[in-house]
Amino acid sequence: MWKFVVRRILIMIPQLVVLSVLVFILAKVMPGDALSGLVETPGVDSSTIEDMRTNLGINDPVHVQYLNWIKGLSQGDLGTSYIHQRPVLELLEARLWNTVYLSAAILFLTYLIAIPLGITAGRFHDSLVDKLIVGYNYVTYATPLFIFALLMLFVFGFQLQWFPTGGSTDINLEPETFSYYMDKIYHLLLPALSGALLATVGTIQYLRNEIIDTKMKDFIKTAKSKGVPEAKIYSHHILRNSFLPIAAFLGYEITGLITGSIFLESIFSYPGIGQLFLQSISQRDFSVVTALVMVTGVATLIGTLLSDIILSLVDPRIRVE
Amino acid sequence: MSNDDILLQVEDLTTSFRIDDQYYPANDHINLDVYENEIVAIVGESGCGKSAFGHSIMGMHSQEQTKISGKIHFKGADLLSYSNTQLNKVRGKEISMIFQDPLTALNPLMIVGKQIEEGMKYHTKLSKNKRKQKAIEILSEVKIPQPERVYSQYPHELSGGMRQRIVIAIAIACEPSLIIADEPTTALDVTIQARIIDLLKELKRRMKTSIILITHDLGVVSEMADRIAVMYTGEFVEIGETKNFLKNPLHPYSKSLLHSLPSKNNQGEKLHVIKGVVPSLNHLQRQGCRFKPRMSGTDDSIHEETPTLREVEKGHWVRCTCYKHFQIDNHNQVVEGEKDDVFQGQ
Ligand SMILES: Nc1ncnc2c1ncn2[C@@H]1O[C@H](COP(=O)(O)OP(=O)(O)OP(=O)(O)O)[C@@H](O)[C@H]1O
Ligand code: SF4
Ligand SMILES: [Mg+2]
Repeated sequence: MWKFVVRRILIMIPQLVVLSVLVFILAKVMPGDALSGLVETPGVDSSTIEDMRTNLGINDPVHVQYLNWIKGLSQGDLGTSYIHQRPVLELLEARLWNTVYLSAAILFLTYLIAIPLGITAGRFHDSLVDKLIVGYNYVTYATPLFIFALLMLFVFGFQLQWFPTGGSTDINLEPETFSYYMDKIYHLLLPALSGALLATVGTIQYLRNEIIDTKMKDFIKTAKSKGVPEAKIYSHHILRNSFLPIAAFLGYEITGLITGSIFLESIFSYPGIGQLFLQSISQRDFSVVTALVMVTGVATLIGTLLSDIILSLVDPRIRVE
Repeated sequence: MSNDDILLQVEDLTTSFRIDDQYYPANDHINLDVYENEIVAIVGESGCGKSAFGHSIMGMHSQEQTKISGKIHFKGADLLSYSNTQLNKVRGKEISMIFQDPLTALNPLMIVGKQIEEGMKYHTKLSKNKRKQKAIEILSEVKIPQPERVYSQYPHELSGGMRQRIVIAIAIACEPSLIIADEPTTALDVTIQARIIDLLKELKRRMKTSIILITHDLGVVSEMADRIAVMYTGEFVEIGETKNFLKNPLHPYSKSLLHSLPSKNNQGEKLHVIKGVVPSLNHLQRQGCRFKPRMSGTDDSIHEETPTLREVEKGHWVRCTCYKHFQIDNHNQVVEGEKDDVFQGQ
């Protein structure tokens, strides 16, 4: 088991190198840099800008720039935001956590909704409940996130006023107190619920199909022929086998959450990295964009790592390989 | 064998499957007695309804897809009148099943020891430790080397033959009085087949269990079975004691099956192939003799409209009006023989 985990983590090293090179290239090919915006500014002539560029290392050979960048990364230096005039790390920190909270909340709510629905649909497939659940799936699959989120915000935020309409917390509250945390959760709820309600599609569909498939397997017949009651056949045999693809899906799910957060955070004015991402792109704050792409990439790698570790925990066939 | 020794009595069993909202019988008014401590083999080509029969006895069919009628008397009760909960008390404890494919019959995520124990959880009051102890004993009974170690192995760590031994171990875990073995050796290598057969024979001798052995392999049958029941399109066409049957098969279908078997006598010859295929449920002609479409040159005047199963000598039953007129010729086809000697048996 541990051997597997260690080996799996070692595999991440080349993945990280490839990711960093890709991100670096991406950063380089993006048109303009942070200083291009200054070209038209009165009082700043082009030689001044050239000097600034040299000072920033922008004119160094590419591989030197890459190595410098990696060196910085390893020390937690993600560069400086030219727009905010602050280290990117500092800028990211608080927002990154907000996004992590939001993603975790979405993931939690997604599974909370999707798992019971998926199991019910699979167990009673072709029944009326199954058809209702599949119908719900079609609807959520076809609904665009940004429209749905706007609708939720309008109805529950502005009309009914059940939830706050923006931010991640009430600034008047003393940090680290109970009511502060409750307030954070309160701010999370509406965006998380909006994201989760649409994110259930994959999990429900997978779980449902997997249960329908597993039900027909020979080893289920074996269990039945032993006299195992139906409820126990589900809990001991069908469900565990059916959860495998859900676990395998987790890495993908996490990537989806991060992309999804770009819309959600913008609509709910929730200060996370998604919102920052959009801002930074429009302001050409490329050191921030680059850092965010890198962070997202790492999160995806961690997601797949988690998937693999979970899979190896539940599936003995993977452990030996 | 007296009536007192009857363990299982299947009476007029009809099992129909739903295909496109219509029900078609895969077992058609079947009668069969199984005695204590007896091995009855059910043979027939693929699709004849052998598994459907085995599954019906244990109530394994899905209720939405299947209609069953008739009676299945077992130890004084009619299993067909049982609810699922009642059946769960019978399954695994009184009647258990050995499945064909050991690769798929075991849960890939559960150690084999737990899979053997599982039935005991519901059928016995044994403690956890006792169950484990018992499971290890059973593992050695089915001739698994290093039973303690194998107890905590997963199915994928074992070979096909070993897995089939585990499947057998599961079936005998609660010492049932009847085992339904559905093609227990078909998925295995020939050398391993023989060993599994030996194991089954030995277990049967020791545990005095009755076995319904489902197979399309007459070779296996001749070695093991006390009686043979030949099934064709959901009906028994011949039932007889093994020795009798092998020496003097009566039904043209039985003869064809025997002729398609490699043996010392037909070495080097081309094996007999029965003309045509088993019709599917929704294309089966249910009037008249169901085997007729696969015979060549029958004379309609001497056929009963619908032949019934009749006893022609003690314990030997056949569903064919004119069995005496048919023999297998050298052209690998069933053909008609002399006409005067019409079978009159009642
Ligand atoms: N659940 C089902 N729904 C519809 N038809 C079925 C179902 N199960 C079996 N059948 C059909 O019933 C007939 C008998 O099937 P059965 O599985 O009993 O055959 P078999 O004699 O066991 O054959 P084999 O040697 O291939 O196992 C076949 O025509 C098969 O296609
Ligand atoms: S001889 Fe006649 S009754 Fe007998 S199997 Fe052939 S067709 Fe059927
Ligand atoms: Mg079968």
